This record gives sequence, structure tokens and C-alpha cells, in this order.
Amino acid sequence: MSTIPLEHTHLSEDWHPARRGIVGMWALIVAESAMFTIFVVAYIYYIGKSDFGPTPRQVLHVPVLGTVCLLSSSLFIWLAERQFEHLRGAAFKLFWGITCLLAAVFLVDTAREWHELIYRDGLTMRTNLFGTTFYSLVGLHAAHVTVGLIMLSIVWIFSLANRVRPEHATKLQALSMYWHFVDAVWVVVFSVVYVAGR
Amino acid sequence: MVLYLLLVYAIVRYRARASDGNIEPPQVFGSVEIELSWTIIPVLIIIVLFLTTAGVIFALQDAPKPANALDITVIGHQFWWEYRYPQFGIVTANELHIPASDPQHPRPTFMKLTSADVDHSFWIPQLAGKTDILPNRVNELWIDPHVPGRYEGQCSMLCGVQHAKMLLVAYVDPPEKFDAWVRQQQQAASNAAAVEAGRQVFEHVSCINCHTVRGTQANGQFGPDLTHLMTRSTIASGAVPNTAENLKQWVANPDDFKPGVLMPNMHLTAEQLNQVTAYLTSLE
Amino acid sequence: MNTKNQFAESAATVTEPLEGAHDLTVLPPEKVTWLEHLHGWIVTVDHKRIGILYILYGVLFLLVGGLEAVLIRIQLFRPLNNFVSPQSYNRLFTLHGTTMVFLVGMPILFGFGNYLIPLMIGARDMAFPRLNAFSFWISAFAGFLLYYSLVGGVGLAGAGSAPDVGWFAYAPLTEPAFSPGHSTDYWTVSLLLNGIGSIGTAVNIIATVFCMRCKGMTLMRMPLLPWLYATMSTLVLLAISPLTAAQIMLMADRYLGAHFFDSQAGGSAVLWFHFFWIFGHPEVYVLVLPAFAFANEIVPTFSRKAIFGYPAMVVASVAIAFISLGVWAHHMFTVGMTSVSNAFFTLSTMLVSIPTGIKLFNWLATMWGGRIRFEMPMLFTTAFLFQWVVAGLTGIILSVSPFDWQVHFSYFLVAHFHYVLVGAIVFMIFAAFYYWYPKATGRMLNQRLGKLHFWLMVIGFHMTFDVMFFVGLLGMPRQIYTYMPDRPWTVLNQIVSIGGVVQALAVLVFAANLFYSWFRGEEAGPDPWDAWTLEWATNSPPPVYNFATEPEVASRRPLWDLKHPEDPDFAYE
Repeated sequence: MSTIPLEHTHLSEDWHPARRGIVGMWALIVAESAMFTIFVVAYIYYIGKSDFGPTPRQVLHVPVLGTVCLLSSSLFIWLAERQFEHLRGAAFKLFWGITCLLAAVFLVDTAREWHELIYRDGLTMRTNLFGTTFYSLVGLHAAHVTVGLIMLSIVWIFSLANRVRPEHATKLQALSMYWHFVDAVWVVVFSVVYVAGR
Repeated sequence: MVLYLLLVYAIVRYRARASDGNIEPPQVFGSVEIELSWTIIPVLIIIVLFLTTAGVIFALQDAPKPANALDITVIGHQFWWEYRYPQFGIVTANELHIPASDPQHPRPTFMKLTSADVDHSFWIPQLAGKTDILPNRVNELWIDPHVPGRYEGQCSMLCGVQHAKMLLVAYVDPPEKFDAWVRQQQQAASNAAAVEAGRQVFEHVSCINCHTVRGTQANGQFGPDLTHLMTRSTIASGAVPNTAENLKQWVANPDDFKPGVLMPNMHLTAEQLNQVTAYLTSLE
Repeated sequence: MNTKNQFAESAATVTEPLEGAHDLTVLPPEKVTWLEHLHGWIVTVDHKRIGILYILYGVLFLLVGGLEAVLIRIQLFRPLNNFVSPQSYNRLFTLHGTTMVFLVGMPILFGFGNYLIPLMIGARDMAFPRLNAFSFWISAFAGFLLYYSLVGGVGLAGAGSAPDVGWFAYAPLTEPAFSPGHSTDYWTVSLLLNGIGSIGTAVNIIATVFCMRCKGMTLMRMPLLPWLYATMSTLVLLAISPLTAAQIMLMADRYLGAHFFDSQAGGSAVLWFHFFWIFGHPEVYVLVLPAFAFANEIVPTFSRKAIFGYPAMVVASVAIAFISLGVWAHHMFTVGMTSVSNAFFTLSTMLVSIPTGIKLFNWLATMWGGRIRFEMPMLFTTAFLFQWVVAGLTGIILSVSPFDWQVHFSYFLVAHFHYVLVGAIVFMIFAAFYYWYPKATGRMLNQRLGKLHFWLMVIGFHMTFDVMFFVGLLGMPRQIYTYMPDRPWTVLNQIVSIGGVVQALAVLVFAANLFYSWFRGEEAGPDPWDAWTLEWATNSPPPVYNFATEPEVASRRPLWDLKHPEDPDFAYE
């Protein structure tokens, strides 16, 4: 332990703290996970407890199109990031654009599903416990998808104007972490609402 | 205690003195053995404390119910208590009667508690711990009182503006007295001709929409059952003594005793007030 | 190059600009109009200014919340008193609790964190300065919104539409059927906004602690204060979000016709209990961990010894946070959970006492063998140590569910949590003020006013809260606007009330000291306490950039190494 200065110098040369954008996004993901957990718990608690009104089995149909689109959008955003690493601008714009498109299709599919539930099946938030918990959980998720889509679109527009540069890599990574999180939440919501709860 | 002594000792013994000058004391950074010892010893203390506590929890909560137990259903309202005795077909309000239990031949009272509106909590300290009263949920509490007497308590969960005056009065009666009380409660309301005018006021000025007087047309559920009102020592769930004066003032303007209570002022004339008070005081 | 000398140079030149450099970040005073000065404070992203803004905001609401407490105590001075109406009383205690937790505790503690963390880790600012400013201003708006409720609705007489459902707003009392009008909405929305601010600050603290430490400062060389703040921030992320979720559900019930807590449609009151306390219990640890952080810095400095058992303190603090996530239903022992659930939560609550005890023992061991100087920060910390023992032990007593079945929701409980919130947290906040006010302002707080503040506080605190335990044991429930004269509570309530007034005086003396010392306090210099962490290696107040060159550290006490080159810490760590 006598040559502390040398060890100390050695340490300071290798000083690479974590990137704050990434740590910050992880922290946000932790907070959002806690919030979603509460809505999922409420959903599960009230399964089967509605005294009247439509039940999940009667009105829910598995949203295949939306789910496939959303989950594959994770793949495409990953591909886009890889292209970005290799500085292939055109491929990056393509894959990133496809990600945005898939997200938009998911939202449209959700809107279509809700339109049917409201006007054909008469299920709204105030109908019964199922309505309350369904719309709030799926709606909260859809709101997060919407915010994500807006952010993704902004990046895409900037990329079309050739203003997205290699030094923005960390910001892109943080945004794509958020996107993967939103998809992971969908896996949980999907399993609870459309599989286990029906 | 030990901790306090150690703290006081440290403060006195290790106080900086002028004679120390500016010398720093020996710097001690830690000791694994000491850390372990003051981790393990508390763990052992906690284990003992927990096992004892768990024993009490299970003994109290999961106590088996004997066949001769008395059943009472307690329903909390804003800001009064409803008591139903399903075994006797009685409904009463605000003052609870339960039989004293003989330790040799126990006759405990088993209560089911629920709420008609918001959260309340049933607490008579000298009889039992408190149990919350929640809507859409039935909680259970048992009491096994040995000593007859009058016991007081009050609602113990904020339920609105008159939470403070949602008081509890419980009479633990010796068994014969309890049986006599049950029999009296089972009778229909007294129907004296002298208070006919008051009964008419009661029936026509919509008192019957909220209150029940068994044996008459009055069968409202929103307010307390008044069939044997005069057997109670207090009114307004314990807020004031049950006298004719207080009854009159209560009916004239409930807000005088419990501002914000849900019983409205019916704006009776002075004559109607006298008549209905006479009627109420006849309900024994 | 000898790294130690390099650091020594940094410390020596930190008060002077580097040769040829001109600091353009702050205009010289004579060039700034008061409007520009005010503007500077409003648009600032500097962590020190934001920290001070949080603290001033918190102190303002401390006075307001304290006034509410005094009004409550006046009403309870006599049975069947009518100093305030029942409706106003219910609003008073709701506002008192909500204010003290959300508008005083959180802001003051976030303020200290904001101010100190970058300085202690040798950084220039927090990780996200603009997020920092946003978090403050949204919290400030939330406080304004909550108090706007006093004049919204029917106006001040009868306290407008201020919320009256208790600081935990149990459903279904908060459902539209039982709380018409907007009072509950003010509670819900303002706390929702406040929560967003808190989550922002928590994200900021975590990113700062993990990413912005100066060279050589590994996590195990970081002072304990940033460690505890990072732990507390993780708790904020995990605990505030459930409250936000529950509040969104409540607003959905109130305005979108949802039925989360609507008992008429099968909704459950118990669900609100769970969601609220999943937030509520970790929240008190969010408040107490910074108090522990202050003790972790103050006890060593004034005992003249390094903290005993640094690694154990880290582990214990993280363990406290972790266990505290699993104890929430000890607030629900009377709700009618199964015996197994009650037993589980009894056990988990008892377990949290173990790491807490370790911290206490470590503080004692730090003092043991030291040369304790009882300056103002240490006076308050010593009171804290004694009071914490009572707070913790009464917590253990309450965790015994059969005992809790008697004293839950009584004044015994109120005494316990005020022992934690006032006896521990507020006392340590005072200690922190006396310790770091010189750093932030360059002036010492007045000693005589300080001693008066201390003794008034100790006397008032014990008069109120020691007696309050007995009122609770005699059966007085909480949140009642009056009590019957035949209960044996009157005299005890009177003593409690007088103690409350004494504490109010103490706080006024303190506020006066803050103000007075700003103008007339003794000059402090960079290191008035002869301490060992990095914030004392720069000016008082620090320049806007904190350190002229980035410090490099080799141990947990960089200034000790500097002051004692013959016996540096890094020889032992």
C-alpha cells in the first residue's frame, strides 16, 4: 500500500463514469414500472368482480395486428441503432421510419378496438369495474406509446434533414431504451388483459 | 435504557476539553466483530419478540366461535351506529347492549362489522382493540366482557365532518338484565292515543323516509331505528343526554348539536315541535 | 507526478481564478439591477440557487404548517371548544399534514441534496440542470395550487374548498358522493404535480451520484450523504409512482365515472389503503434517510473521528430502504387482514429496526473515544440521537399488531410519528442548517439565538409529544375536532397545546436567526468546522462553478489527507 500515488494515477486514467442520459432513463423506467404495476394490480384485483355489464370474455378479441406491429417495432429500432453505429444514414432513416410506422399502426388498431367496444358493445370507463380497469390500464400504456411515437417522429424528421449526428448516440440509445420499455409493458398488459383475464 | 446510558456516558466522557488543544483523537474506522455482534443480538431479540407476538395474533384473530355466542351486526353510517341482532330479530341504534360473560361458561359476543357509506372504525378501548368498518367488506370482532357496566368509545377513522361526535356507548348487562332488554326491544312500538297528534306529524313531515318505528308505517333505513328511543341514555350517537329538552332542540335544528350532520332541519312549527317531541318521548 | 500534491494545488488555488481566466458567469453586483437579479433567480439552473429556492420555499411553508398546528392545538385546548368550526378543523389538520410532508419535508430535504451533492462529489452541477429547475417550479406551483384552495370556492371564511379528508384521503370519503365540490381535487392534483417534481429530482440525484463523481471518488469513497440521497431517490422512484397511480384513479372516479374506489359499484376501499400506504410508508423513509445523511456528516466532524464502520453504514442504509418497501400494511392492522398477513407485516416492520439500530450504534461508536465539540449542529444531533431511540422503539411497539389494535389511529400513533418527523427529521434539518448555512452564505448563524432556539425546541417538543403518548393510551382518537368533557383528556391536551406554542416560538427564533445572520453573522471562511469533505474545500459561498479545477481524491476524507499528510486515510482504506 505504499505506492498510493501510482495506484491513484492509474485509477484516474481509467475513470469512465456511466453516462448520465442512460442512468437517468433507467431511473425513469423504474418509476414508470412502479406506476404500471399499480394499475396491473388493480386490474387483477377486479377480475371477475363486475356485478353487471360486458365481461372480458364477451367483448375482448386478441389484438393480433397491433401486438405484432408493436413488438416488431422493437426489432426495427434495434436494427436502426445498429445502422447508426456503422454510420449508415440511409438505412438508419429507413429502419427508424418503419419503427414509427409500426407504432402508428398499433395506435390505430387500438383506436379501432376501442371504437367497437364503446359503440358496439357499450363498454366505457363508467360501465363497470372491467371497463374502469381496462380503459385505464390499456389507455395508460397507449398514452406512453403516443408520447414515444411523438419523440421518435421528431428524431426521424431531424434525421431526414440530416441533423442527427454520431454525438447524439447516447440520446438515441436512451430513447430506444424507453421504447423497449413500452414494448415490455405491452407484453405484461397483453398477458394480463387478453390472456389471463379472459 | 442501556442505550441512553451509553449515549450519556459518551457525551460526558468524550467531551472536548480546552486542555486537549487541537490534537485529533485516534481515528478508528470500524470493526467487523463489533458490527456482527450488534447485528446478531438484535436479530435474536426480534425473533423472540416476533414469535410471542405472532402467538397473540393467531390466538386473537383465529379464536374459534362457541355455539352459544351472541351475534351482532354493526353497520357504520355517517354519523351513527346501527346494531342488528339476527338471533332475536332486533334492530337498534347507537347504544349497544351485550351480556356479561362468565369466565366459567363464556358467552362471548361475535360482531360482524360493515359500513353503509365511508370508512369508520369501532373502538371501545376497555372492551377490545379497534376494528375498521369498511363498505363492501365484512370484518369480524369478538368481545368477551366479564365486568358489567357502561363503556364508552368513539369512531376511530375520519368519516366526515362529524366524525368527532360519532360516539359509542356500550352497556355490558348481567345476563338476566340483558334478556329483559332483548324482550323489550322485540316488542313493537308503544302506541298511546295521547300522542296521536305527534305521530301524525312524524308520519307526514317525512320523518318516516329515514327512520323506522316498528309496528307503524315508518320504515326508513337511512337514519337510526327509533322504536325504543327512550331506552337510550343519549341521542345523536352519544353527543347529548336523552332528555325531552334535547330531543326538541335536536329535531328543531340538528346542526345545533352536530353541525354538518346529515339529518336536515325540517322547519317545524312550534306546535308541531311540541307534538312530535311528546310522541318521541313516548317511544319506550 | 505526485497526485497528492496535484490535489493540494487544486485546493490552494480554488479560491483564485486560474491565470488569465476571467469569470464571466456572474456579473459584479454594481452592474445588476434588482430586476435582473430577481430574473437571475427565476431562470437559474444552478444547483446551489435551486437548492436555496427549495429551502426557502420549505421554510415558508414550515411557518404556515406551524400556524395550522397552533390553531389545531388552540381548538383542542378545551373540550367542546368552538374556536374553529368542525369543517374548518378537518381542513386544518388535512392541510397541516399535507403541507408538512409535501411542502416542507420534501422540498427542504431536496434543497439540501441539491445544494450539497455536487459539492461533495466534486462536480460542477447536477446531471440535469434544466430538469432540476423544472422540478422545483412544478413543485412550487403545486404548493400554490394547494393553498389556492383556501380562496377558491366559497372563500376564506370557512376555508373555501381546502381539502378536509385527512392527509391520506381515504376512499370512499374522497369519492364524489361524499366529497362534492373541488376540495379533494385540490389535494389530488397538487400532490400529483408535486410528485412529478419529486420524481424529476430523484432521477437527477441518481444520475448525478452515479455519473458525476470527480476522479478517484469510487462509490466506496463517496461521502455517506450522497449515498443516502441516492438510496432515498430510489425509494422516491418506487414509492411516489404508486401514489401518482392512485391519484389518477381517484380523479378518474371523480370525473370520468370510473369505479376504482366506488363502493356502490363494487369498488374497494381497501385498495386505496394498500396503494396509499405502499407510497406512504416508504415516503417516511424518504424523509428520514436524509436526516440520517446529515447525522453521518455531522457526528464525525464534531467527534473529530471518521465515521465508524463506513461499509456497514452503506449496507444498513440500503437495507433500510429495501425493507421499508415491504412493511406498508402495518398501517392497516385494523382493516381486517388475515392473521397471516398481520403476522407478516409485524415481522417485516420489526426487521427494519435492525439496520436502523446498526446506524445508531455506529454513531455512538463514532462518538466513543472522540473529542466531542458541542457546537450548534452537534447539540441538535445529540437531541436527535436520544429522540430517535424513542421514535424507533415506539415504532416497534406499534408493530406488535395486537397492541396496535388498541392504539392505532389514536394520539399514541400521532406522538410516535411526530417523534420521527419532528424529533428526528426536523431536529436534523435544524442541525443541517447550522452546519451548512455558513457554507451557503459565508456567515455563521448567531450562537445565542441558536441556543435559545435549541432549548425552546427541546422543551416544547417534549412537553407536547411525551405527554401525547399518554393521551393516546387513554383512548383519544385522532382527527377529532373536539372531545367530551367527561373524558380524562383535558389537562393533558392543555399541556400538549402549550408545548406546541413553545415550539412555534422556537421556530420563530430560528427564522429570525436566519434573517439576522444573513446581515450580521460572523464571517465563516471556507472551512469553519475543520471538516473533511469536499464542500469545505471551496469558498463560502462557493463560486458558481464550485471548483476551479476538478478535484481528485484518494480516500473518503480528502481534506483529512490534506491536513494530515503524515497520516492520510488512504493508508488505511
